[in-house]
This record gives sequence, structure tokens and C-alpha cells, in this order.
Amino acid sequence: MWLPAYATRGERLCRLAVVTFAFAVLAFLIGPLFIVFPLSVSKDPFFTFPIQDYSWRWYADFFENPRWTQSLVNSLVAALFSTALATLFGTLAALGISRPGFPARKAVMALMISPMIMPVVIVAVGAYMFFGALGLTNTRTGLVLAHAALSIPFVVVTVLSALSTYDTNLTRAGASLGAGPVGVFFAVTLPLILPGIVSGALLAFAVSFDEVIVALFLTGAEQRTLPVQMFSGIRDQINPTIMAAASLLTTVSIALFVVLNLIRRVKRA
Amino acid sequence: MTETLSLSAPAPPAGLGAALRRAERPNRLRAFALALPALLFLVVTFAAPIGLFLTTAVRNPEVRAVLPQTIAALDGWDGHSTPGEEAFIALAADLARAKEDNTAAALGKRLNYESAGMRSRIMSVVRHLGNFKDGALAPQFAALDPVWASPDLWAVIKRNASPMTPYYLLTSVDLGQDASGGIARVEESQAVFLDILGRTLWIAGLVTVATLVLGFPTAYVVSLAPSRIAGFLLLLVLLPLWTSLLVRTTAWVVLLQTDGVINQALLALGLTTEKLQLMLTRFGTVTAMTHIQLPFTILPILSVMKSIPEGQMRAARSLGAPPFFAFWRVYAPQTLPGVAAGCLMTFILSLGYYITPALVGGPRDQMMSNFIATYINRDLNWGMAAALAGLLLVMTLSIYLAFLRLVGAERIKLG
Repeated sequence: MWLPAYATRGERLCRLAVVTFAFAVLAFLIGPLFIVFPLSVSKDPFFTFPIQDYSWRWYADFFENPRWTQSLVNSLVAALFSTALATLFGTLAALGISRPGFPARKAVMALMISPMIMPVVIVAVGAYMFFGALGLTNTRTGLVLAHAALSIPFVVVTVLSALSTYDTNLTRAGASLGAGPVGVFFAVTLPLILPGIVSGALLAFAVSFDEVIVALFLTGAEQRTLPVQMFSGIRDQINPTIMAAASLLTTVSIALFVVLNLIRRVKRA
Repeated sequence: MTETLSLSAPAPPAGLGAALRRAERPNRLRAFALALPALLFLVVTFAAPIGLFLTTAVRNPEVRAVLPQTIAALDGWDGHSTPGEEAFIALAADLARAKEDNTAAALGKRLNYESAGMRSRIMSVVRHLGNFKDGALAPQFAALDPVWASPDLWAVIKRNASPMTPYYLLTSVDLGQDASGGIARVEESQAVFLDILGRTLWIAGLVTVATLVLGFPTAYVVSLAPSRIAGFLLLLVLLPLWTSLLVRTTAWVVLLQTDGVINQALLALGLTTEKLQLMLTRFGTVTAMTHIQLPFTILPILSVMKSIPEGQMRAARSLGAPPFFAFWRVYAPQTLPGVAAGCLMTFILSLGYYITPALVGGPRDQMMSNFIATYINRDLNWGMAAALAGLLLVMTLSIYLAFLRLVGAERIKLG
């Protein structure tokens, strides 16, 4: 399999073993993502296979229960606002960092990326304490600010990667034709790096939409997000409505993923 | 020709470098100004809150706030004998005040950390304040609890008059202060924190090794596959990164349950005769974490493998190297930067896990983050939470620095 013609028999066997192993690992990687779908449409409230009867009752449960629907709305609103903030700040930062002669680039990058690697509990407790002093706990504002901070590195990294293939001569060309810096940005740079910005925004949305721990500390009953609602549900008693919620979350993730890959394909073409 | 040119070129005027730097300065400032909003935003919403939280690991406000007169009375105390009557009078006055302000419980709780039984002693005095008779207070305190005559108890109060305390930091590494202020290991029965620290490092290490063992051959196969198939396989690695960590953990809860999918499959295949306990175990926790971390290890390895020219292995073979030798001596060493990047990233992220141990692990599988959250949510002990957070942060940041040094922040890619 994928071997040159001169490969020995032993090599072929060995390669076959490695390829089989790799496909098993990929199955291990993908399988658990899809286990929630069949369970969410099983009529029985037990998580057993084979599934006897199919029913949409758990989805009906989800959409008829204001706790679940409100948490879905809360998650969407928080994700939209934090994505807007993170995309704005992250894109500006990436534009600055990518310029030649940006001072202390390494230190600034290290700080910008650090929300990605920081243990989330520390971020959550810190925000809980600091925002508590400012009266921002149990408010949507607090959650949006904290989620935006967590999302900024994802925007910075994707926009920087888009800018790394951007030809700066185009900026000079625009300037030589009489456009000011802002004009050049909107007429030349922005359209070219837009796929990178949109990818970053999609990632930022996914970060906020899926985040549990910060939301657990910062939200009260009224701002409770979908992942928090799920987390408390799993802790108490795992029920099939959670499978419906998990399926919806996974569907959103897959949709974002597909959109991202379509953008990349268009960009390449 | 070149020589004539270089000879005819004018010597650079002195101070050209400085002049160039001066000319460049507005550009540098403009570039920095673009990053400034994000930097300020991160300082205010991210760095400052964490910094403020960490300071609670050494802050010691309780005794100072509640017992000001007692502290003053203990000022000239020698520390070796029972303090004089004035200390008891001051303590009674402070506690009478504390009773009105409802601050006695917080004081008792704080002193109880350092010396077991202090909470009940303080609360007992507060309850009996009305019953104290005129005359010397010291014997009346001793009648409630003879320990009030002990210099050790007063030493604890005096020591905590200081606005900063090493108590939480020492406790987080199983050390404590004795009555004279010397540092010593705490008793075996209370030494739990090094165990938690060791367990966190051990679980993160196991997960890192597991992702490498599973991920390296997978990355290898993806890098070898023809580009159409490789593109599809890459999507399979990237997709899990997009799905929520909570959903993936939920999937593992369902899979690992006693009546769950794995047990059903094992029974149906006749591989086991009874149901295995997989939930609330170390095995379950490490399995679920390995599943979640696998893409983080695979992707950097894959990106390095793709950059290794195909011809090298062919050259090694044509020079007579047996297949495995060629792989081991020519190919494998070149993958090391990717292996380092992937493993360091997985190790850093594994150190901070909270959700997966909380939902899949048993009491013995809870990691540092879980204890930090428990200290805040259940015990309201901010000092201990901050000390553990400080320890976790030091470990995370030192590996992050190694990552920055070896790999660099610019090399982080998201798919």
C-alpha cells in the first residue's frame, strides 16, 4: 500500500500493519463523535444498542423545555458578541504583528497565545473574582468579555497565517496609486485576507459556543449557556435529552467545520 | 568590477544606523498601536484577573481585621509563656465586636487552618462572652478550654497578625509551620497535595505518551497517502477539534458506563463474562483524555512529516540501508521537532484538564484544576485555591516557555 515497486514482502506486510493501525486510530478518533446521534433518536431512555425504536421525543423535550431553549439562545448571543470583539481585536493585532519591525514580537505573541494554553479553571476563577468586584458576575457582559479573551489567540493565529501569504507589494501598489492607508486596507488587503478573518471568526464562535468552565463560574440561572446546562445534567443524572443537546452541538460544530473547509477550497481555487 | 564599485561607493556617514532607526520609529509605533487594543483587552480581562486571584495565595486579612486590639496587646509578648491578662481582655473585646459584625466565624475558619480546633475554641468564647464574670479573664478562658493557657495558641494568633502568610503556599506542597515558625513536613494523614500534584503530572504524562504511540503511525500514514485520500484523512483528524470537549466527554460517559456500549460489545463478543467498571476509573479518564488530545499531537508531527523529502528514504535504500534502518536513522530523527511540538502541547493542555476528570474520573483521578474548583465552590477557601493555581500555573508556564523556545508561537497552526 503506497509503497515503491522494489519493496520487499516483509515491508509490504509491515506497511499493511501500520496502515491498519492508523485506520483503527482514526476510527477511535471519529467514532465517539457520532455515538450521540443514534442515542438521541432512540425511544428508550437507556443508552443501549441495538436501538429498538426510534423517536424524536427527546428533541421535542429539548425544544419544549424553556430551560434548554433559553440556554441555547444565551449561548448563541454570548458567542456572537464575543466573536465580534475577538475578531476585531485579533485582526487588528495580527495586522500589527505581521508588519516588519514590530517591537518585541516574541513577547507579544507569547502573551497573545497564552489564553489558549492557560488552564481554564484559573481563567474562570480569576474572572469570577475580578468581575465579581466590578459587578459583572451573573451578567452577559462578563461572560462575553471572558470568552472574547479566550478567543483572541485563535483569531490572531488564523489571520497571521492568512497574512503570511499576502504580498505586501500590493499595499505599496495601492499607495502609489493614491489611496491612503485606510483606503488600501479596505480595497486591497481586506478582500485578500478575508477568508483568514472568517476562519478566525468561526473558530472564535466555536470556542465560545462550546466553553463550559468559565460559563459555569460567571453565569447565574438567567445567563446559563447550553454547555453549562448539559454539564449540570450529566453530573446529576444523564438523560436522553442531553443526547439531543449534544447532537445539536455536534451538528453546529460540523456545520462550522464544513463552512470553513468550503472557504479554504474557494481560496485555493 | 566589484572592487571598483565598492571603492567608488561613498562610506556610510556616521550615525546612519541611528538615523534609520529614528526614521523607522513611527512605523514601529504604528504597528504596535494596531496590537495595543488586543493587548490592553487581554491585560484587563485575562492577565489582571489571574494576577489578582493569585495574590490571595499570600493575603492574610482575617486576623488583622478582626483582632486589632489583641495584636496590639501581644506586641511585647515574649512568646514562651501564657500572655498577660491584657491579652485576654483585648481578645474578649475584639470578639465582642466580631460577634456584632458577624466576623467571628471567618476568623475561626482561618485560624482553624493553622491549628485544628481553633474554630470551636473561638466560637465557644463568643458564645460565653455574656457569662464572663468580673475579675481575671485568663482563668475563665482556661475554664472553657485549657489550651487558652498554651503559648502555642497565642503564637498562631501573633504570627497571623502579618498581612502576608506563607501558609497556603507551604500547604500546597505538604509543608507547615510549627509553633515556633519553623518549616516542617505536615503529618502523613494531611499530606495530600504532593499526591495531587504527582497524579496530575502522571496523568498528563500517560496521555502524552498514549497520543504519541497512537498518533505517530497515524500521522505517518496520512503523510504517505496520495493527496486526495490524505486530504480526507486530515479532515478526520481536524473534525474532532471542532466538536465540543463536553460533547466528546459525554460520549465517553455513555461508552464507558457499566451498561454502556463498550461493556455490551465485550459481553456480546464473549471477551468478558461480567461487566467491567470503566466509569470513574483512571483507565477511563486517560482513554477519554487521549481521545480529546490526539489531534493536538498528530497535527504538528504530520506537518513536519510532509516536509521530509520522499527521495531521502529512496536514497538511503539505494545506499544499502535495510528498510527499518533507513526509517530509524534517516526519517525518524527529522520528525523530532514535530514530536516535540505535539507532545509539549498535549502535555501543557493535559495539565489543566477539568471537565473530563470531573465527569469520567473517580475521586482518585481528580486533577489540580478539580481541586482548585472544589476549594472555591465547596470550601470557599480562596487562599488554598490560589496556592494550587499558582503551582499549576508555574508548571504550565515553564513548559509553555520550553515550547516557545523550541517551537515558537509563530509556528502554531490551526488546521
